[in-house]
Amino acid sequence: MIKTLKYIASLLVVVLMAGPVFSLSDAYKNNIYNPGDLKPVDSVARVKAGDKAPDFTLPSISGERISLSDYRGKKNVVLSFVPAAWTPVCSDQWPGYNLAKSFFDENDAVMLGITVDNIPTLYAWTNQMGKLWFPVLSDFWPHGAVADIYGVLRTSGVTERALFVIDKEGIIRYVNVGDINKRPELGALVTELRKLKK
Amino acid sequence: MRKSLMGFASILFVIAAVLPSFGQSAPPQEGGALPKISFPVPQDQAYQQYLGLKGGGTFLVPQIKAKVVIVQIFSMYCPHCQKDAPVANEFFSKLSADGKLKDSVKLIGIGAGNSDFEIDFFRKQYGIKFPLFSDGDFEIHKIIGEVRTPYFIAIKINKNGTHKIVYSKLGGIENADEFLNKVKSFSGIK
Repeated sequence: MIKTLKYIASLLVVVLMAGPVFSLSDAYKNNIYNPGDLKPVDSVARVKAGDKAPDFTLPSISGERISLSDYRGKKNVVLSFVPAAWTPVCSDQWPGYNLAKSFFDENDAVMLGITVDNIPTLYAWTNQMGKLWFPVLSDFWPHGAVADIYGVLRTSGVTERALFVIDKEGIIRYVNVGDINKRPELGALVTELRKLKK
Repeated sequence: MRKSLMGFASILFVIAAVLPSFGQSAPPQEGGALPKISFPVPQDQAYQQYLGLKGGGTFLVPQIKAKVVIVQIFSMYCPHCQKDAPVANEFFSKLSADGKLKDSVKLIGIGAGNSDFEIDFFRKQYGIKFPLFSDGDFEIHKIIGEVRTPYFIAIKINKNGTHKIVYSKLGGIENADEFLNKVKSFSGIK
């Protein structure tokens, strides 16, 4: 009897502890792993608006190695760190930026999508999103090194859900390290992009 | 020990039983009723006219002036919804051009987790003419069982104001003519 009750109680705890399931495209079928509700932020900021953006070079899923400094003097850059491939909120974030290309174009900006996943994982995952117009970079090895420099590497080894807007001079103009469980609202990013013109 | 364990399990059962009221429910089932979801009456006069609504405040889906209301659950962030948007537009055009269906069957969209800004962007991006409503904090999405997107629900409204769900399925429209035939079938309007 006690054993049965313990089992039922454990089962209910699992059900109750499960995090919220967010809006999820059917594009991913049943291949999304739900990590549940996570600690909103689990890292310490290392850069802030007004700082010079640390340069980095990372491999992309297209095979190129891309450096932040490649865009110096040419384009504004939005860095979009998302925690992990094949997870709920992340899977529905970049397809939105893919659709919203016009906002980036209007403001002479590019986006660089970054996770700590390896290239094959990123390749398989982003293929479900359709053809992305922006480079997808892997911060897999040394694990999360770029995320760490920017202060968005969580203790679990994944990154925060973070946005950095960097102007053509390489200066960070906007930092958003939001609740990892929530997708940042597009309007707020567009507002920051529009400020670059002023 | 045994007593406290039973007490603990009872508490958990009670919590689990009330979870649906916080939105942890199943997708709406055909034959059942649509959960109570309300929206602000649109400011846009054309939308007010289309939906048969007036003034301010909020309204429930079955209050829309129609015999059948089709509800599209989508997200601007969902690749399949993006791909299906032109097909949904084509379906709406055909619906609006059908003499028998145009005043009886109404179509609305709910952007799960989408802000007003995101809804507005999606509308402009695809030239969507039917009313879209935002659900920025997923409140409605939770009430309707956290369905994957795109998802379509249709309700048939009776003369006495009651209603029942006649269609509830995951997936986009994919083919406007075939979906129109489905609508004719479940609405009984031909």
